[in-house]
Amino acid sequence: MRASDLLTPAPQGLYCPPADVWIDPVRPVARALITHGHSDHARAGHGAVLATEETLGIMAVRYGPDFTRRAEVARFGEPVIVNGVSFLFAPAGHVLGSAQIAVESEGTRIVVSGDYKRARDPTCAPFEPLACDVFITEATFGLPVFRHPPMEGEIAKLLSSVSLFPDRTHVVGAYALGKAQRMAALLRAAGYDRPIYIHGALDRLMAFYAAHGVDLGEIRLVSSQAKKDLRGEIVLCPPGAIQDLWSRRFADPVTAFASGWMRVRARARQRGVELPLIVSDHVDWDDLCATIREVAAAEVWVTHGQEDAICHWCAAQGIAARPLRLVGYGDEGEAEPDAAPEERTPGAEQPR
Amino acid sequence: MKPFADLLDRLAYEPRRNAKLALLRDYFVRAPDPDRGYALAAMTDALSFPHLKPALIRQLILERVDPVLFGLSYDYVGDLSETVALLWRRDAAIAETPTLAFVVESFANASKSDAPALLARMLDALDETGRWALLKLVTGALRIGVSARLAKTALAQVGEVAPDEVEHVWHALQPPYADLFAWIEKRGPRPESRDPAPFRPPMLAHAIEDADFDKLDAKDFVAEWKWDGIRVQVSGGASASGRQTVRLYSRTGDEISGAFPDLVESVGALDGALDGELIVMREGRVQSFNILQQRLNRKTVTPKMLLDYPAHIRAYDLLAEGGEDLRALPFHTRRARLEAFIARLDSPRLDLSPLIAFETWEQLRAARSDPAPAGAGDDAAAVEGCMIKRVDSPYLPGRPKGYWWKWKRDPFAVDAVLMYAQRGHGKRSSYYSDYTFGVWRAGDKGEELTPVGKAYFGFTDEELIQIDRFVRRETINRFGPVREVAHEPDKGLVFEVAFEGLQRSARHKSGLAMRFPRIARIRWDKRPRDADRLETLERMLAASDLAGAGNG
Ligand SMILES: [Zn+2]
Ligand SMILES: [Zn+2]
Repeated sequence: MRASDLLTPAPQGLYCPPADVWIDPVRPVARALITHGHSDHARAGHGAVLATEETLGIMAVRYGPDFTRRAEVARFGEPVIVNGVSFLFAPAGHVLGSAQIAVESEGTRIVVSGDYKRARDPTCAPFEPLACDVFITEATFGLPVFRHPPMEGEIAKLLSSVSLFPDRTHVVGAYALGKAQRMAALLRAAGYDRPIYIHGALDRLMAFYAAHGVDLGEIRLVSSQAKKDLRGEIVLCPPGAIQDLWSRRFADPVTAFASGWMRVRARARQRGVELPLIVSDHVDWDDLCATIREVAAAEVWVTHGQEDAICHWCAAQGIAARPLRLVGYGDEGEAEPDAAPEERTPGAEQPR
Repeated sequence: MKPFADLLDRLAYEPRRNAKLALLRDYFVRAPDPDRGYALAAMTDALSFPHLKPALIRQLILERVDPVLFGLSYDYVGDLSETVALLWRRDAAIAETPTLAFVVESFANASKSDAPALLARMLDALDETGRWALLKLVTGALRIGVSARLAKTALAQVGEVAPDEVEHVWHALQPPYADLFAWIEKRGPRPESRDPAPFRPPMLAHAIEDADFDKLDAKDFVAEWKWDGIRVQVSGGASASGRQTVRLYSRTGDEISGAFPDLVESVGALDGALDGELIVMREGRVQSFNILQQRLNRKTVTPKMLLDYPAHIRAYDLLAEGGEDLRALPFHTRRARLEAFIARLDSPRLDLSPLIAFETWEQLRAARSDPAPAGAGDDAAAVEGCMIKRVDSPYLPGRPKGYWWKWKRDPFAVDAVLMYAQRGHGKRSSYYSDYTFGVWRAGDKGEELTPVGKAYFGFTDEELIQIDRFVRRETINRFGPVREVAHEPDKGLVFEVAFEGLQRSARHKSGLAMRFPRIARIRWDKRPRDADRLETLERMLAASDLAGAGNG
């Protein structure tokens, strides 16, 4: 079977005609296969949803138990056959429950990797490379300037700031699903044993992770504390909250933000961040290239992100690559904070 | 290099002055000699790397990275040093990272032909932040919002001495300042060769408003003309070895002697420190600021320029004389000493700023609105208002309350800071020629600038080119055709903005809108921290509301 007959990009998302199912559709469909719980991939209102147990749980936390009429559990390593097409879920290492989906029929195998990363993450199962004919990848950080540093160094940066400014609350922006829990787990791994404070919007997902055996230590709600008690403490909150009224409650806060975007200084300044922490749940450039080599695909399709550079790189390696230009992705998690292309005047930035 | 790189990294993101000081102190305490001395030198602009130019750095990266990937990356990041720092691959086989001292000393000893390979080897051994800091250092573009004064203040705080103390010994010292650190840490004596010509931070005035006069008794005050030049300090004396030194400083403490050799030569063996206005005099008459600016704009001083634009100082205060610090003395005592000092010096390039005779505020108001018959004579066109000083005021650094006021002729003029620049239209479309500027106010996170208006005329074509260059160099953000320009207390561009009136406006965040603002003057000599505050505009608005007219 031709790969393009097995999976076709359409306005709703990726469609598999022989099985009549969609993967991560952005609009309601009869039957959806969902890679992970970020809201740009997992939406409410589908007739049936096939996903890992954790992803189904996260969708229930976010949208309520009626997010779909029929929820079906997919287990890693146990293929689900629909009309002769096999769908195999495998860990993606992105957030708790995140999966890649290998779609196979008549000897053609396409891997939809969803969002993924290769760096160690104590909060979820690590990415498993699957050999395939076509590898469908994101390219959120698909430029060679994005090389995520070891996260221990980023955590050390946060902890040394806390000791240098013991009277200031360190307010750390972190995406509600995945990043916030990973930051808490990394702080624990670094030996930080004070309570970690959270914005109310993070409460339910924090509890969900803890119930799934991820050790986050003592988590307290900010609203449970008097303002003065938060001096010198670490507070996790959704990224939007670091700039809004909510953060004004803290005494002289240090504004931090944990994201792969923090690699580029202009991005950090744009958000008024004083302590950028480069911690990402997406592959960086090196891991993106290494993964493409490892799965040994003859063809690479790029769903969203910085596709120009990775397509150019693939071409140079003799790998056919094409952008799918799917719309609607990148709205949660490490979405591009402002997608508008920036104006740049050649030669205008010469340092003196 | 790592501690220095981490310091630069934190400073580049830190807007608060006190936090910057804390970061600097922490570094000075922890970092070893001679690294910290070189760091201090980097922040006080005392280092240069003449062999390392942006073109060379671009060439080095293109030898290592696919040009298409470089182009896409540079487009995305927007800054050459940062792009190269991020694209460069660390060589994992190199276990040792170069120290800051190694970097500085190696380039000082390297030939032009060896410099590229040396730089490449250092980049191989550093991580992203290290490479970024190295490239910023060698291209001389730290841009971390730390002035020389701030760095010295942090060092002074480490040693629990007054910042002035550091200024006093500063000019006698050389990087990496081992003796300075030894003294600061009380391990060594105060550096021996005292600077015979130190900078003394100037005393600044508040803008006076009509309501202030009711509270002030004219008998307690003297007044001088406010000259339309630039504020300078002449400092001179002899070193222990007897060598005579004279230096000319801007009001921010930058030495500008090199630009005014005619003045330096003319004041000769001055022993003391004068506060005054630098102006251009032709045939005994003070020239307009525009004429002075033509001299200020030139990079090199030619003999013709010395002839065409003779520089002159009109003195109004004496801060030290013959090793004696006069700053604690009352104004009238200093004034008497100043008059005698100027008479003794008898230099054709130096004269006394006259006092204005007045007994009531009404008389002073009349003098201010028509200076010629009130004593300014032929120089009246160069008068931009009056300075009002308490006769008993000591000379205090900064802007102390209750001693000095400035009373400008045009009540509707403020010093504002350039915040955003936008491309112009028509023949100006290739220049950033529309400027949004702001004034200070107290924000949630401390002092912040709030935009108060937008102007796109009032400057010459030549000035436009200079501002455009500044905008491109100091861009911190881009939004379509608009660039956000650095605007921090010690980094940014100050405009004197003149306007015809003020009105309330819900559209503006500041709540105010200016009518017909124009750039009256570019204040290259001022720092953003010296710009006006929103309260000043509020009071102007209140006053004009009362007067029932929006025109002054
Ligand atoms: Zn995601
Ligand atoms: Zn995504």
